[in-house]
Amino acid sequence: MKFEKKDILGMKDLTVDEINIILETAESFLEISTREIKKVPTLRGKSVINLFYEASTRTRTSFEIAGKRLSADTINISASTSSVVKGETLIDTARNLEAMNPDVIVIRHSAAGAPHMLARMLRQSIINAGDGSHEHPTQALLDMMTIKEKKGRLDGLKVAIVGDIMHSRVARSNIYGLSKMGANVVLAGPATMLPRDIDKMGVAVYTNLEEAIVDADVVMMLRIQLERQNQSIFPSLREYAQHYCLNRTNIQLAKKDVIVMHPGPMNRGVEISPDIADDPSYSVILDQVNNGVAVRMALLYLLTGGNE
Amino acid sequence: MKLLLTGARVIDPSQKMDAVADVLLENGKITQIAPALAKTLNSKSTGKVETIDLSGMIVTPGLIDMHTHLREPGFEYKETIASGAAAAVAGGFTSIACMPNSSPVNDNRSITEFIKRKAAEAALANVYPIGAISKESAGSQLTEFWDLKEAGIVALSDDGKPVMDAALMRRALEYAFSLGLPVISHCEDMNLSGGGLMNEGYYSTILGLRGIPSIAEETMVARDILIAEFTRTSVHIAHVSTAGSVRLIREAKKRGLSVTAETAPHYFTLTDESLQSYDTNFKINPPLRCPDDLAAIKEGLADGTLDAIACDHAPHGRTDKEVEFEYAACGISGLETSLGFSMQLIHDGILSWPELIAKMSTNPARILGLSKGTLKAGTDGDITVIDPQLKWTVDVKTFRSRGKNSPFHGREMQGRAILTIVGGDIKYDGR
Repeated sequence: MKFEKKDILGMKDLTVDEINIILETAESFLEISTREIKKVPTLRGKSVINLFYEASTRTRTSFEIAGKRLSADTINISASTSSVVKGETLIDTARNLEAMNPDVIVIRHSAAGAPHMLARMLRQSIINAGDGSHEHPTQALLDMMTIKEKKGRLDGLKVAIVGDIMHSRVARSNIYGLSKMGANVVLAGPATMLPRDIDKMGVAVYTNLEEAIVDADVVMMLRIQLERQNQSIFPSLREYAQHYCLNRTNIQLAKKDVIVMHPGPMNRGVEISPDIADDPSYSVILDQVNNGVAVRMALLYLLTGGNE
Repeated sequence: MKLLLTGARVIDPSQKMDAVADVLLENGKITQIAPALAKTLNSKSTGKVETIDLSGMIVTPGLIDMHTHLREPGFEYKETIASGAAAAVAGGFTSIACMPNSSPVNDNRSITEFIKRKAAEAALANVYPIGAISKESAGSQLTEFWDLKEAGIVALSDDGKPVMDAALMRRALEYAFSLGLPVISHCEDMNLSGGGLMNEGYYSTILGLRGIPSIAEETMVARDILIAEFTRTSVHIAHVSTAGSVRLIREAKKRGLSVTAETAPHYFTLTDESLQSYDTNFKINPPLRCPDDLAAIKEGLADGTLDAIACDHAPHGRTDKEVEFEYAACGISGLETSLGFSMQLIHDGILSWPELIAKMSTNPARILGLSKGTLKAGTDGDITVIDPQLKWTVDVKTFRSRGKNSPFHGREMQGRAILTIVGGDIKYDGR
């Protein structure tokens, strides 16, 4: 099947078939990263711009390595401030980049919908590397790839996503993606971190970690952004950690072979106890990172017409 | 100079008139309305009469928009008083009341006088300034209501910077009431709405945009109703957008309180579902709400809870809207589409013609205390002529307003103003 999407803006817009193609392509690319010479000429002559308006180590590096392993030229642009502060609008920046004829523009931005605006205006393929609290499709794809790798399937699994759902683009993308693939997604977090009408996305919602992770096949812990403490969204990290930290005791409620995921960066001892994060019988956190490179290679390949 | 409008259906809610009649204007005033006036006039043949045949058209008292933003002084690239007045007459409005959120804020006599002078120079629509409740609309110190009134304001409001201090609002209602000045309240608890970008609900959740809860509006509607009741004064609630606000106002009116309210065309036309494209033209404050709210707004219009339809005309430049959704300015350039969308209420059987005209002319005049909104003999010759059948497509490129920010671009409409007469002079002719 031909992959016909121009852009990857969110899991909401991807069909089951498209998700399957991406995951299969990513799986086939995994091996490249294990070679002694980790480079194939597939995207030679193509250029990829990583336009990051928000701090990122993992995602930006992952995209850069993905591009380089496929021999694309990758260019990183980090804007430390928003376009508004900088004085040039996002559209002007993007039009300038467009004029230099890249093939793919990867964008991360603190404002939800920024990648969608670029996708509307530019002829290049746009990949959303995280927009505000909206979507982070490449993270969801690498999460799904990791689950599939460990469990052999997505269909019928119970996946609990725990933490600050309100501000999490990872949660939204995973809810869309996993639900489409037949997984049963449940959410848990303090009531103040559960956005209104989130249940209408077709997920069960709990305010209690223990209830949510009962018999879970996968537990995905979200990062608590420490600055949210000042916004009266929760009283203190201390109290949060007492009730929403995944630890050796409460993980017993999940299935015996449960896997634990985290999109990173982790706050050890806040949402996840260090002994869970570092226990290879539970934690697949570093597999997620490894699969992230393969997923991003797959997307660059598919968007530049690789499987035509 | 005499102008005779013949053969139209004349609708004047102020005298419960809805009949085919001829209307005679002399020296800028309406002097006679009667059936077949043309014949009697011709037989007398008293001086030169310009006659316009308006068979099939609707003649109404000049439409009044009680909630407009004109941006001058300060943001002339968005709108000037002249361009706003031109947009008004093109949309069928003979009078507009402009909010004080210019830069500097209309919080003193000199700004009010400046606006009036500019409006007189433009000589298109009547422009009525609304003065600020607090200095710089900063919410701490009352402006000189008395002086502003003498300078020509018709109402007081801090517009989009709502008076968060309930004690200050109390003093404003008391002092304004003693001067016969209406107070227009933009109801929004800024702590509840803080940083919000759209209605809080399913769509804000899936779009990852911070929500503005309906209670941000409703708690302040409740507060202001209670303050008006306690102080035995009145209050006008601006741009009602939620079902809860409609319920509160309906209940207040039932209890006989002096509360009036307006809504805007977008609140009975669009819902928050429209924001899925992140199109910044849909970004407004208060935000587009959900279908239940939209239905309640229509009910409120039908049962009289909502007295007026106001544009909340908020023109912006391209640079204010062609940015990330989060950074985009709020508002819709509405003067030139308001009547078209409001007429949809007639097509849908929600309002009758006289009810619609009351909400767009007679009631705003009553709320603002203007001797307008009527076709009674002896009043100013402000008349809007509407072609109820005319099919047209909204094209922002044809807007007289400098603000091209409309989510309605490309929409098909039925009905529009084809003639706008202000003080007996034709100021817009779209025939």
